Amino acid sequence: MLVVLVAGTIISCKNNAKNQDQTTTAINQDKDNHEHPPKHPDDRKGPPRGNHSPEQTKTLEEIGGYNFDDVATDFELKNVDGTMVSLSNYSDAKGYVVVFTCNECPFAKMYEDRLIALHNTYAPKGYPVIAINPNVTENNDRESFEAMQKRATDKNFPFVYLADEKHEISPKYGAVRTPHVFLLNKERKVKYIGTIDDNAKSAKDVKVKFLENAIEALENGTKPNPNFTKAIGCPVKIG
Amino acid sequence: MIHPKSIPFILICFAIFLAGCKHKKATVEEHSIATDTIVVHNFNSLEPLLHTDSETTHIVNFWAMWCAPCVQELPTFVAYAKNNPNTEVLLVSLDFPKDIETKLKPFLKEKGITPKVVLLDDADANSWIDKIDPNWSGALPFTIIFNNKSRSYHERTFESLKDLENEVKKTINNQ
Repeated sequence: MLVVLVAGTIISCKNNAKNQDQTTTAINQDKDNHEHPPKHPDDRKGPPRGNHSPEQTKTLEEIGGYNFDDVATDFELKNVDGTMVSLSNYSDAKGYVVVFTCNECPFAKMYEDRLIALHNTYAPKGYPVIAINPNVTENNDRESFEAMQKRATDKNFPFVYLADEKHEISPKYGAVRTPHVFLLNKERKVKYIGTIDDNAKSAKDVKVKFLENAIEALENGTKPNPNFTKAIGCPVKIG
Repeated sequence: MIHPKSIPFILICFAIFLAGCKHKKATVEEHSIATDTIVVHNFNSLEPLLHTDSETTHIVNFWAMWCAPCVQELPTFVAYAKNNPNTEVLLVSLDFPKDIETKLKPFLKEKGITPKVVLLDDADANSWIDKIDPNWSGALPFTIIFNNKSRSYHERTFESLKDLENEVKKTINNQ
């Protein structure tokens, strides 16, 4: 008896769910509705049709910015406390966590607390976070130097937050979105490029901490793997 | 036929049965409040929408309300869709699902965004960005122009309607 009822529940609700699908499809006039999502995660419907060949056809050089083991440029940029900061100021550093980030991007904001925690963990070990705002401009109240100062104070950033006022450093590194991380070793050689972890929206649901793993690899004298990751982020506004 | 002792048990089961469906129904209503339901996709359910068997021109634009250049170029897609009713224009928003009712729908209404909008909510972007286009860094806006024969990718903002028209011609007609 129980089995029948439970089965009934499942079937009944399944119908309901099916109706929901149909409603949604109808409402959206989905002309592609014959194309159902793949049944299995590995059963990708992708590439073969429509002349789609998912190959990296551009090199990192063509994309612009640094390749692995390139020596990243040092700089002299203004910190929110008014002082000028260079990587060479950090005489004890074993590496540098250079993060291009900004005030207003929701993805940048979601990572602020994680960057603070990272700095507090790794700066004492010789890997300070160096945050750079590539979008700083006096033409936008929310990305002005004053707004950066306010954000740094409000969030009590333990790391420097530098203004790339001439927008020269970000293109040299190849920073295209915020946040965009470049992990450098002691000699400023680029060892990891990419994202902080695999879940911007929810720190507690993170499965892979790409950046932390890369820092640990440097610390252990091994090569970060992966050394290149991607993420959705806000565009770096050039110029 | 039914043992009297089992009646309360049956009633409980029936209650569970009803509760289960009621809950389901509530969810259904929640997702179809208005006529403009916005479907939330993960990458696997979105991917089929990035391909077609037909010769119809498709334009898929990845954007978000928080991306200023994306918002700036939305009118270009709206205008293109109006001028070319045979083209399938799809706007894939990377906004947050919690903002659909409170922010996204009012935004679309206010800006007069008429093409179809869906939402992509899939956390581990590093795992799917390359499946869309390995040359895409993940920065927005990003646009794909395609039909069953040709496709092109654009990690940039279209400067004007003319700019978009030219790219469509180049992609679809090889002009």
